Amino acid sequence: MRARTIFVGAAFALLAGGMAHSAMAQDIKIGEINSYSLLPAFTEPYRKGWQLAVEEINAAGGINGKKLVVVSKDDGGKPADAQTAANELVSSEGVAMLTGTFLSNIGLAVSDFANQKKVFFLAAEPLTDAVTWSKGNKYTFRLRPSNYMQAAMLVEAASKLPAKRWATIAPNYEYGQSAVAVFKKLMSEKRPDIQWVDEQWPPQGKIDAGPVVQAVAAANPEAILNVTFGADLVKLVREGNTRGLFKGREVVSFLTGEPEYLDPLKDETPEGWIVTGYPWYSIKTPEHDAFLKAYQAKYNDYPRLGSIVGYQTIKSAAAILAKAGSTDPEKLIAAAEGLSMPSPFGEITFRKIDHQSTLGAYVGKTALKDGKGVMVDSSYKKGADYLPSDAEVEKLRPKD
Amino acid sequence: MAFYVVQLLTGLASAASLFLVASGLSIIFGVTRIVNFAHGAFYMIGAYIAFTLSERFSGAFGFWGSIVAAALAVALIGVIVEMVLLRRIYHAPELFQLLATFGLTLMVEDLVVLIWGPDDLVGRRAPGFKGAIDFFGQNIPSYDLFLIVLGPVVLGILWLLFQRTRWGVLVRAATQDRDMVAALGVNQKWLFTSVFAVGVFLAALGGALQIPRDAVHHAMDLRIIVEVFVVVVIGGLGSIVGAFVAAVLVSELNAFGILIFPKISIILVFLVMAVVLIVRPWGLFGKPEAPARRTPGLTVNPWRPLTSNERLAALATLVIAATLPLFAGNYALTVGSEIAIFVIFAVSLHFLMSVGGLASFGHAAYFGLGAYGVAFLAKMAGLPMIVCLLLGPLLGCMGAAVFGFFAVQLSGVYFAMLTLAFAQIVWSIAFQWVSVTGGDNGILGVWPEKWAASPSHFYWLALGVAALVTIALRAMVFSPFGYALRATRDSLLRSEAIGINAKRIQWTAFVIAGTTAGIGGALFAYLKGSVFPDNLGISLSVDALVMVLLGGVETVSGAVIGAIVYKALNIWLVSQTDLSKLVLGGFIVLIVVVFPKGIVGMLEMLAQRRRKTSPPGSPLLAKPIESAE
Repeated sequence: MRARTIFVGAAFALLAGGMAHSAMAQDIKIGEINSYSLLPAFTEPYRKGWQLAVEEINAAGGINGKKLVVVSKDDGGKPADAQTAANELVSSEGVAMLTGTFLSNIGLAVSDFANQKKVFFLAAEPLTDAVTWSKGNKYTFRLRPSNYMQAAMLVEAASKLPAKRWATIAPNYEYGQSAVAVFKKLMSEKRPDIQWVDEQWPPQGKIDAGPVVQAVAAANPEAILNVTFGADLVKLVREGNTRGLFKGREVVSFLTGEPEYLDPLKDETPEGWIVTGYPWYSIKTPEHDAFLKAYQAKYNDYPRLGSIVGYQTIKSAAAILAKAGSTDPEKLIAAAEGLSMPSPFGEITFRKIDHQSTLGAYVGKTALKDGKGVMVDSSYKKGADYLPSDAEVEKLRPKD
Repeated sequence: MAFYVVQLLTGLASAASLFLVASGLSIIFGVTRIVNFAHGAFYMIGAYIAFTLSERFSGAFGFWGSIVAAALAVALIGVIVEMVLLRRIYHAPELFQLLATFGLTLMVEDLVVLIWGPDDLVGRRAPGFKGAIDFFGQNIPSYDLFLIVLGPVVLGILWLLFQRTRWGVLVRAATQDRDMVAALGVNQKWLFTSVFAVGVFLAALGGALQIPRDAVHHAMDLRIIVEVFVVVVIGGLGSIVGAFVAAVLVSELNAFGILIFPKISIILVFLVMAVVLIVRPWGLFGKPEAPARRTPGLTVNPWRPLTSNERLAALATLVIAATLPLFAGNYALTVGSEIAIFVIFAVSLHFLMSVGGLASFGHAAYFGLGAYGVAFLAKMAGLPMIVCLLLGPLLGCMGAAVFGFFAVQLSGVYFAMLTLAFAQIVWSIAFQWVSVTGGDNGILGVWPEKWAASPSHFYWLALGVAALVTIALRAMVFSPFGYALRATRDSLLRSEAIGINAKRIQWTAFVIAGTTAGIGGALFAYLKGSVFPDNLGISLSVDALVMVLLGGVETVSGAVIGAIVYKALNIWLVSQTDLSKLVLGGFIVLIVVVFPKGIVGMLEMLAQRRRKTSPPGSPLLAKPIESAE
């Protein structure tokens, strides 16, 4: 009896295995790389986002009838390991395209790999302008609004402030440096009367917040630009609150409105900061409602910005694959250039000129509500409105 | 003026947090000579447990009780770790305990995410210390004042403990000469356990006290561990007062440094350490170590060159390895190339560590310099690949020549920490000098030329170079230079007495090791097609140490196996699971317990035993491992 059960079970397993195998030949594989072990606070919601997208796509019949499979790898936050993973995905898994990455240097490393090996790469998250401009290449596309775009959105609001004496606090690495540089440049163009009175460059992840806060206060600025995020932001806000740094001063801050960074602050959330972010609780569009409902139904949790990025990355990849009707990288590029598609934030387009998507971001002000940080007075800024002119972009980007 | 006073006080508050953690590390190192890499992990667990407790028990009593309870709980974990794990390996070669604590740290990083979730946690403010005190128009957080008082109080308690109790006398005696303490009949087991518990308690307390001002997250340990080590070394190992002075020095220099150079924080502690160690080789308050009484472990089993049979076996293994492209795919070949490159890197450090007895904590500097050398030559000068590969490592060679000159003036952990300081200085130059090195965005597009571009060709290139390098270094071990180097390692005094210029020999070895690492780095640049400051970073230096220790530091070529096992396992685990750190850490801890001499060291010992019981044993099987060359 027992032997028979095992036999039947084995037969079923064989059958199922065989079926899975025959199904696999029909699958379209996407390779996905991100810093899952290094940055779980961002990448866990991100993973949930793309898993939801995969489920929706396959429930709707896959890509031109073929099942979509995402093979996901961890890069541990190291560019060299990301390349090993990219290589495995391309050489062993035979994926049709690469997607993902969070850190700018990893995004660039994978983008360079894609260019060398002639593989289509859709960068999800890395913000550095270099991905699409100074080090852009024909195989690389990017979803998230770049550093430049986010700076331009913030400058639009910041330049209306009366403040003339500005100080900056930014993590001492490429992201912080370029965010400050672009912000300063755009700001000074709009407001030649502005003075930059101090800049602080704490090492990323290692801010000694007390002395930094004190040093900024000593310069007596009227407004402060902050680029720190994550644990550094928490320390900065706590010290700044205790020492009264933010009292009577305007603060403009990159990314702080994203639930990933705003939620940990809880009742210490500083009020009135002008931030970019994702106020999922106050977006009332049909596209977003549909996404929100599906996400909450599946995970019983609210989405973070990472969820949107993960979701839309795979949705975009699927749209590109569906239009190309092929996994040939050249055909994928041709399909992606100028392709428009829906997203939870409304329609987006992957620009032909620099392969940047026009996904935008929400700009608003921070506020405290029931002991929690929220974004209020927020409005959606379309990415397309905050990019430089085509002539400028052409100068920035090397010819393919 | 008020501003400078406040900045001074702010610096003191930072110093107090640093001191708490550093004092624990200093005590542990002083007595047990364990380079406790897990100290940061204990700090982090302290913060996590304190967070959970203080969220649950509110009120002043609840909060402060949670802090102390968390520190006690973590101390208990420390005791268990010491008794179950570290006790087994006190007799292993020097630094082997580093491997165990490194494994633990890896595990803890994944465990805290599993237990407490991925989000940053922000704890309560301390009851009674929530606000700030007005000082001539400047605000000083009252919690800072609390820390400023707490630092000296802890220092005072520790001082009393060490000066006024029998336990303290024993600890001081063991710090000075633990062999003598053992010879006098002191129960070392319990002394070590208690010292470890006190050290871990202090680390956890330091972590728990961060709750009101920091976020609790899974990377807290890495943020503090290196810095704390630096503080301990600046102060002088085993000196609590030294640790305090060093913490104040570093924190104040940072607090005032950022007023003039806002970017100084990233490198400040390492600059201070480099300067202090060059001027005072044993730190501010440290004392010169007595010449080590070496355990005879190294001389019982003398090194010998391979027999001709073993050479044949090694050659056969190499030939088999070279046939990999016949049946393996592109991915396997690229991984093979990466492993071959790490073999080069590991044997170069192994040469310095096991032949020269000089453990470098900053060996990645020369690997990375080789990589940057190639990137500069290829991207800026546009030289062909062969020329780049030949000239690129010279940058590693030059770096090693300059830094090695200073480093070999020191020995032991001071040597290790000075190499770390130099590596961090090089790293920060690569990181900061954006116009030349591209900063952390690195230099892209360093791809091999056509003849080497296919994975199989590159694999043969890397394998060939790895084989040549290993053979060359092995030949050097058994050359007169190698004997002289081993003499300086085994007894500095005796070797100098017979006319060996120890410093020059060691310096030469340092340059050889640095250049060899540079060769690995040069190949790595072409393998990845890009160079990043990561290639010079601490984690790569630690990887190299782990490979050498895993292979066996007392062997001639154990690093070859250590590199293959560690790198292959690492790549495979990262590809298979998001919990790669947990599994890898667990594996390392297991290896440490099962093979306390490293994988090759253990196999050699077994082979030795067999040879003794059955003298005409097959030589081919006797040393199966070194055939991997």
